[in-house]
Amino acid sequence: MTRITRRSFSKMAGALGATAAMSLAGYPRMAAAASPRVVVVGGGFGGATLARYLHGFDSNIKMTLIEQSKSFVTCPFSNTVIAGMNKIDRVTHGYDGLRGLGIDVVHDTATGIDPAKKTVSLKGGGTLGYDRLVLSPGIAFKWDAIEGYDEKASGSLPHAWKAGPQTLLLRKQLEAMPDGGVFIISPPVNPFRCPPGPAERVSLVASYFKTHKPRSKILVLDPKEKFSKQGLFTEGWKQLYPGMIDYMNLSNDGRVLRVDAKGMTLHTDFAEHKGDVINFIPPQKAGAIAETAGLTNDSGWCPVDQRTFESTVHKGIHVIGDTSIASPMPKSGFAANTQAKVCAAALAAMLKGEDPGTPKFVNTCYSLVAPDYGISVAMVYGFDKGKIVKIKGSGGLSPSGAPAAVRKREADYARGWYDSITREMFA
Amino acid sequence: MRHIGKALFIATVGALALSGPVMAEEASSAVLANTCFSCHGPDGKSAGAMPWIAGKSTDYITTVMIDFKTGAIDSTVMQRIAKGFSDDEIKALAQYFSTK
Repeated sequence: MTRITRRSFSKMAGALGATAAMSLAGYPRMAAAASPRVVVVGGGFGGATLARYLHGFDSNIKMTLIEQSKSFVTCPFSNTVIAGMNKIDRVTHGYDGLRGLGIDVVHDTATGIDPAKKTVSLKGGGTLGYDRLVLSPGIAFKWDAIEGYDEKASGSLPHAWKAGPQTLLLRKQLEAMPDGGVFIISPPVNPFRCPPGPAERVSLVASYFKTHKPRSKILVLDPKEKFSKQGLFTEGWKQLYPGMIDYMNLSNDGRVLRVDAKGMTLHTDFAEHKGDVINFIPPQKAGAIAETAGLTNDSGWCPVDQRTFESTVHKGIHVIGDTSIASPMPKSGFAANTQAKVCAAALAAMLKGEDPGTPKFVNTCYSLVAPDYGISVAMVYGFDKGKIVKIKGSGGLSPSGAPAAVRKREADYARGWYDSITREMFA
Repeated sequence: MRHIGKALFIATVGALALSGPVMAEEASSAVLANTCFSCHGPDGKSAGAMPWIAGKSTDYITTVMIDFKTGAIDSTVMQRIAKGFSDDEIKALAQYFSTK
């Protein structure tokens, strides 16, 4: 091999006795600790994937995963539980697989971070020291953003945008709703977790109504002008659920200004809408620990170096998944999973004082319009001039007007994706 | 999955051997292959309906991926994904999965 790769050149530079504090790409070279300690906060699509891959890259790393719940209920496919297609067990995963690899899984809540001392404090008492910290806490809700919708109100008007008890509450309410009732769903403003999620929920609830409560109606009150995969969803709704779904966007008085939880009514500029079941999804921001640690900016999310996902606020802390600013990538479980792999590769290299490498990401968001009717939006991402970029010519939507057989295949692949990614994280 | 460390090490070494001219924005074959696992399972060993790609020959994977790119063969999502990978990246991926 006569040509010199960047990586091998970096190694040669080291071998030549270069004691410079910076590697070629400008990343600080760290003294390689015998057994570096990495603490991961959050055991979802980001954190669980990161722990597993970082362990795979270097099993010498002493890793602790802090996750408050004993099991993880995925948001992806939780709409199938809401629609009665699956029981919640189907979307619930434990941490024994990660424990089996030797990863220390601690069920506790991280309450504070000291970036100078490199410690994380826990609700249960005590602190954990780290060489590198990874945060993947997901989203938090802006409870104060819409008048009348606070955490207490979510006990009767579920958001069901963090899967678990909220998922089951919404399911129970839809089951109890009489035929001919009105189900209202109000998605949040951008950016939020899982952009196509609200429309998939509308679709699968419509599928449930079609079979069990065919006289019922669904009203969507959207504070935005448009939504993800709108053309494909609308095509499916016309074909499968004619007359059942009413969608109102921002220009059509879709923005909810006030929630009357007691009166089960949503108030917009010009109207009030009473529902039998109301799914109100509030606006979102970075997970609590990221905000507490001062890692967020004015947007409410965490700015990061998009090559390594290291916070641009505090060194030594990496932020992945929904809570990070990884635009142009969406906030999705798939995105968190693919970001975690890039971050793990970068961390494994950085802990050895090596160049963190170059990222590559894929995101495919499958949605079910009906149990056997799937659609998708995909994108491949590379890295250019310090930023994540969409690879030109790649990605896009499923075709409109596709035959039923194609929709069926995508529905099968949606389930196949779920099986593969959850096995990858938790098996 | 337990052997992922070893697999990725081999993949990384493989990438070094494959490397062409210095390119600042080129991902290693381990990082490239990891993007496939989210659907096709760890090392391409699918858990369900997604096609299993572990152990397919280098020629097969390269041909199929390039046919996805050009649209020569039909697919649901792969024509949109394949267009995000250069021919060199496809070769690196094919080599990676052929050894699984």
